[in-house]
Amino acid sequence: MTRLTQIDKDLLKQVADMHSVPQGSFNIRKNGQSVDRKSDDEVTILPKKDKRGIDIIIKEGVKNKSVHIPVIITVGDFSDLVYNDFYVGKGAEVFIVAGCGIHNPSDKKSEHDGIHTFHLEENCKVKYIEKHLGIGNNQGEKILNPTTEIYMKNGSEFEMETIQLGGVSYSDRKTKAYLDDDTKLIIKEKILTSEKQVAKTVFNVILKGKNSSVEVISRSVAKDNSKQKFVSNIKGENECFGHVECDGIILDKAQIESIPKIVAKNINATLIHEAAIGKIAGDQIVKLQTLGLSEEEAQAQIIKGFLK
Amino acid sequence: MIKLKNVSYKVMDKETGKEKYIVKDLSLDFPKNKFTIITGHNGSGKSTLIKLIMGVIQTTSGEILLGEKKINSLSVDERANLGITIAFQQPVKFKGLTVRDLLNLASKSTTNIPDACEFLAKVGLCAKDYVDRELDDRLSGGELKRIELAIALAKGGDVLLFDEPEAGIDLWSFDSLVDIFKKLKNKTIIIVSHQKKLIDSADYILLLDSTNDAIIGKKKEMLPLLNSPKCRKLGGLIND
Repeated sequence: MTRLTQIDKDLLKQVADMHSVPQGSFNIRKNGQSVDRKSDDEVTILPKKDKRGIDIIIKEGVKNKSVHIPVIITVGDFSDLVYNDFYVGKGAEVFIVAGCGIHNPSDKKSEHDGIHTFHLEENCKVKYIEKHLGIGNNQGEKILNPTTEIYMKNGSEFEMETIQLGGVSYSDRKTKAYLDDDTKLIIKEKILTSEKQVAKTVFNVILKGKNSSVEVISRSVAKDNSKQKFVSNIKGENECFGHVECDGIILDKAQIESIPKIVAKNINATLIHEAAIGKIAGDQIVKLQTLGLSEEEAQAQIIKGFLK
Repeated sequence: MIKLKNVSYKVMDKETGKEKYIVKDLSLDFPKNKFTIITGHNGSGKSTLIKLIMGVIQTTSGEILLGEKKINSLSVDERANLGITIAFQQPVKFKGLTVRDLLNLASKSTTNIPDACEFLAKVGLCAKDYVDRELDDRLSGGELKRIELAIALAKGGDVLLFDEPEAGIDLWSFDSLVDIFKKLKNKTIIIVSHQKKLIDSADYILLLDSTNDAIIGKKKEMLPLLNSPKCRKLGGLIND
């Protein structure tokens, strides 16, 4: 990673836990260009021919493989739309790390729109982590609009962790999933907003197959004057299970809106939505104060734990 | 060690719309490095009293002193940092924070399994099963209560306040709970309890009733009083 500056390395560390060149296949995209890539027979990364982005092809049956495809942006007045398609072969087990960090030193906006599509063949297992971060004290907005589409064939499992670490001026994340028989989808989302930031997140999950299940756990913290909106729409079309849990902490003058929708189209569909929004419970702050923490320290620890 | 001078605490009674004293003009001295039990019937102000000492609620009037230092106007954390520690009757739950996190914050250090083991074993829990559990609804009331005690022990301090530590602890673990308090040497221990075994282990007993006729005295002087008809009428003691 000789072409990377210290800022690049810091961003990569934060959004993709990359401390050095990662094991396995990877693609690092900086300011709209692929700056480093490694690919092998089992996990092949190919640039798209018709549009911007890459195809990641994971061979049938591979185990314990990891793929890192982080994106960093270090300039202002820049917009990047990219399509990444993952083809995960039958029975493969893979760990995928994406994520985008923007360091915008300018007064003009920087934007990254990443469209990630996952095609899961039968009985494969994917763990996918994406982190988003914005840095830069100038006026330039840091905008991130990630879209994730997941097509799950029989017996496949997908676990996704999506984390917005802070500093992102505006985000509009869309997640869509289509589940066949005996599939399992777990989505854990954590979002932190402050100042005047806005974060929207929309989940659309269609449980088409028998014994398909989805669990969405969303935890968000909104500070200052920031606003968050959470929309989930789970459709159960077969004997299936769906559970959505949305917990929000608001501080200062922030707002969180949660819109649940569950639609059961089959008598054996079990769908649950739980949502709770509120300030930090006073007794939690007092408990940590009894351990010697100031009110501010207590609040910070509670938020840190909540978003861990 | 902890001294109360004419301490009163009043609240607005929602039903009558009038002010009501929970604690009225109470003066007493908790002896240093002794184990004092606060007992008395429900509503006599026992929990209120230890919350006033910790600063969770504020006195309406009067003074609270730690040694010679007035602590009334100090915040909860300032009092905690002076060496006052509390274990609440109702443990607080946290989404996301683990037993290890709380033990780390309490002991101001990084807790490894052996350290955690020390505190959790004291309350009858196996550290490796619990350190990474979140303090949420997935733990039972009894488990949360034991963890609450372990956190207080991890924090330590010179003045340890426990509000009904036996509540939610099964009876066959009770003797070891009593042992925890017996083993705490050179500490001023103040425990709200009705349990005879805890009372039998105490050096001093403070008997409260709702008229706030507080009487504090050595155990042998106080025990006959606890068995008096008046005290029995007030609810008496739980023998085992």
